[in-house]
Amino acid sequence: MTAPAIPAASASERYEAVIGIEVHCQLRTASKMFCSCSTAYDGAAPNSHTCPVCLGLPGALPTINRVAVEGVLATGIAIGATTPVATRWDRKNYFYPDLPKGYQISQYDLPLAAHGRLAIDTSSGSFVVGIQRAHLEEDTAKLIHGTDSAGRKISLIDFNRSGAPLMEIVTEPSIRTAEQARRYAEELQLLLRTIGVSDADMERGQMRVEANVSLRPRGTEPFGTRVEVKNMNSFRSVERAIAFEIERQAVALDAGEILTQDTRGWDDTRGVTYVMRSKEDSHDYRYFPEPDLPPLRVAPAWIEAVRAALPELPAARRSRYTDELGLSAYDAGVIVAEPDLVVAFEAIRTAGPELPAKAITNFVIGDYGRALKESSERTPEGLVGRANAAELADLLRRVGNAELSRTNAREVLAEHLSGGGTVGKIVEAKGFRQISDRGALGSAVDAVLAANPAAIADHRAGKPSLGFLVGQVMKATRGQANAELVGTLLQERLDGPAAVAEAVADPDGVAHPDRTDRQ
Amino acid sequence: MPADALELIRRPGHELAAGLRSGEFSSVELIDAHLAAAERDNHGLHAWLTIESASARAEAAVADSRLANARREGAAGLTALPPLLGLPVALKDLVSVAGGQCTAGSRILAGYTAPYDAHITERLRATGAVILGKTNMDEFAMGSSTEHSAYGPTSNPWDLDRVPGGSSGGTAAAVAAFHAPFGIGTDTGGSIRQPAALCGIVGLKPTYGRVSRYGIVAFASSLDQIGPFARDSRDAAALLHSVAGRDERDSTSAPVPVPEALLALATSDDAAAGALRGKRLGLPREYFVAGMELGVEGRVREAVSALQAAGAIVEEVSLPHTEYGLATYYIVAPAEASANLARYDGIRYGAGRRDGDTLANELATRGEGFGAEVKRRIMLGTYALSAGYYDAYYLKAQKVRTLIKADFDRLWAQGFDALVAPTSPTVAFRFGARLADPVSMYLSDACTLPANMAGLPGISIPCGLSDGLPVGLQLIGAPWSEAELLGLARGYEGITASASWRSLEPTQLALAGDRGQPTPAERAASAATLAGAA
Repeated sequence: MTAPAIPAASASERYEAVIGIEVHCQLRTASKMFCSCSTAYDGAAPNSHTCPVCLGLPGALPTINRVAVEGVLATGIAIGATTPVATRWDRKNYFYPDLPKGYQISQYDLPLAAHGRLAIDTSSGSFVVGIQRAHLEEDTAKLIHGTDSAGRKISLIDFNRSGAPLMEIVTEPSIRTAEQARRYAEELQLLLRTIGVSDADMERGQMRVEANVSLRPRGTEPFGTRVEVKNMNSFRSVERAIAFEIERQAVALDAGEILTQDTRGWDDTRGVTYVMRSKEDSHDYRYFPEPDLPPLRVAPAWIEAVRAALPELPAARRSRYTDELGLSAYDAGVIVAEPDLVVAFEAIRTAGPELPAKAITNFVIGDYGRALKESSERTPEGLVGRANAAELADLLRRVGNAELSRTNAREVLAEHLSGGGTVGKIVEAKGFRQISDRGALGSAVDAVLAANPAAIADHRAGKPSLGFLVGQVMKATRGQANAELVGTLLQERLDGPAAVAEAVADPDGVAHPDRTDRQ
Repeated sequence: MPADALELIRRPGHELAAGLRSGEFSSVELIDAHLAAAERDNHGLHAWLTIESASARAEAAVADSRLANARREGAAGLTALPPLLGLPVALKDLVSVAGGQCTAGSRILAGYTAPYDAHITERLRATGAVILGKTNMDEFAMGSSTEHSAYGPTSNPWDLDRVPGGSSGGTAAAVAAFHAPFGIGTDTGGSIRQPAALCGIVGLKPTYGRVSRYGIVAFASSLDQIGPFARDSRDAAALLHSVAGRDERDSTSAPVPVPEALLALATSDDAAAGALRGKRLGLPREYFVAGMELGVEGRVREAVSALQAAGAIVEEVSLPHTEYGLATYYIVAPAEASANLARYDGIRYGAGRRDGDTLANELATRGEGFGAEVKRRIMLGTYALSAGYYDAYYLKAQKVRTLIKADFDRLWAQGFDALVAPTSPTVAFRFGARLADPVSMYLSDACTLPANMAGLPGISIPCGLSDGLPVGLQLIGAPWSEAELLGLARGYEGITASASWRSLEPTQLALAGDRGQPTPAERAASAATLAGAA
């Protein structure tokens, strides 16, 4: 199969895409949805986390995992959904070797959460995705296909995953572009991680995204023929697959083809979708209320307790960072998107309330963010390595007070993260106390100027040599010199005090050295 | 078998419990006597699919040492012993017993070994009961004659050419034949009460939620209940007491306390009879259906007269939606069954084909593993749940079910203590009599299935014979009224203690152990041949 030729004129001019997203995510619980088997089966021997219930043995009965229910309630609250007073469970009937009971316990017409929404930002502005429902169901077992020692094809079944709690979140068909779809998936992942209900790692299958895509001529109402796209294992592939599918359908429609209601898979390597199942294979799931589980009454007090336990949600946190702390929308977005950064930002703010939010932001996004990527070690508080929030605040305070150069601060940070020692002791041990005394630095500056007449000549001739001279002073003081002050002193001696005042007025000159290091 | 063993096995469980405590005999002796009877009669009755002699003797030996220890502690020690300690019990072969077979009467579960104990198995072990083995049943409890067992039919000890009823026919026949004083069955539409009636013993279907279903092979989840068989009401009560109560593993088991009154039914017949005075009993006119045998109606009306004579107030009442019970039952039960039986795909356990691809294996496994009646019900249920039919069938049936329950609720609100009715419209029928016409078989349960639809407790007790075959009297009560129902049953036993039919034993029991006589399968086959010739 080859990719259809994509015409130069974008399909978006002729057609409007109608996209709905279904997300399945594994909830973070200690035990499975309907039995007490542990969910810590990652890397465990096959079928070692099973019992009569999740193996579907004769006579076994399900019981409801309260924590899993609370995960969906929390999600529902976070997306502004409504929860019915009584919800119930339904059997979804179909045969497949990975489904031990021959039916999946799910929720059909009374999901735990309905009518929610999630706001996202895209390159063309903000957008609200309508969410139809979020419900709870059980995961299937895992099939492993291979060959036996005699070379025959065999399929093995690992029931460790069987019965793990799954939340399914279904949007309204309100998404219009591939980018919106990707952004929705990203924002949903962030939300789920923030409220702690799921690790939602797409590559580990903890979050599975499926898209329903159809096209209709711009300006018309009726939906076109819908295609379901599966096997998208990253946010990037969600965007690529949907963009591909929009173009494919547009080309087909332009050619007068009749689309079929297929289920298509995404081939990430070839960058195409392919037919997995056609409509003729579609199931009649024969849903009916699960007689082994009574309807679940969700008391208002229960919902309130879940609501009270929710942390600050990403959207609210971004607003607070921009509106109250004065962060740029970009910086707020970067921090809030990464729970580890939020933990550090909040902890340093608590430990050093007097520190400028901007300084904490730069540090957290910059040097600290790099350290997060390099180490998977976390303290019980969620900080990287052996970090302590009070020490990080002390580090920023010293840099702010010009007691410590930024260069040396990086070294102090590295030492603190790996060894856990206090910033004060590390600074003393390394002799990093910054020289900010004009008199002491003045003689070092004078010595460097005396030794580098060529550089002075370059400067006078308009060639950039100031940086070189600052570097020489830093070298002479073993990095302890306050670089900013050295620059000032050099300029005073070379150009006179007036030039210095101009340079300081330029806010982007040297004020945010870390900002450009971010990526 | 020594004469005293024959006498011993005829005693009720509460007398055997006393004998164990006094040291008149040991549990091992008691178990041996029952095992001998079961092994001897199984040729002609085929009540048992498996008789676990070795494990039963081992459990009896443990019971004997507990008895000996308690006896050393004196009266207090003996009183503290659980009521069923050392006494034999028969289990329908759909109750999971760790390490044992659990076929549910189906070929598809041949070779399956349950890796865990059902809740009631745990409770029976905790109470010291000795499990003798597993009894025959209609496949997946679908049937009213035990002829739908994949392992061959069971004979009625009153007439070996007749069925014992079903689906718990094996347990009913075993208890009636004195193989055990206690038996466990399940009742989805009458599968305890109807065979109890046809075998002349006591069978109780508890309130839905009274006994945990965990570990019981499911037929129809919203209707199935586990209950006791015994030869008198006191034993039925003691067995119910030992297995009832909330179980965390069955979300439909109710947190309702198990009444201690179950262990305190009147010991004297006079006291029991006296308790009938002033009881208000409803006689639902819809239960005296067309097609009811005159002899059955006669015995039931005589029983009602006897209850009135003892001071009970009997009034005719109406349950207007009764006529829809059978139709709605045969939508709800098969619908649930169609999903409950989906797990039997031959992949993880039981008999399964392995020689084709996945789909071919599954089709062959189910095609060969299920019998005709089970397939019929899977198809009925699948149809009723299918897109486009759900509202017209399943949803409508559930609504009618609510109306059936409301019929009963109205009577409880009016202050009735119980309803009195026949259990089965007929006495035990001959092998093959209803096999050709499924609806005629389904009608066997017309009087029992409304209680399942409404989740109510119901009991069948013997009330005499018609043409030499037992007739059952059914009492239906309000939710959680098992102790009251058993009190009424005990009262009826009190007023009929000296009735001549009470002294009669199953008339053909003596033939069951005769190896020269045909087996139930042979009797059923010759009945089929005769029917074919006619």
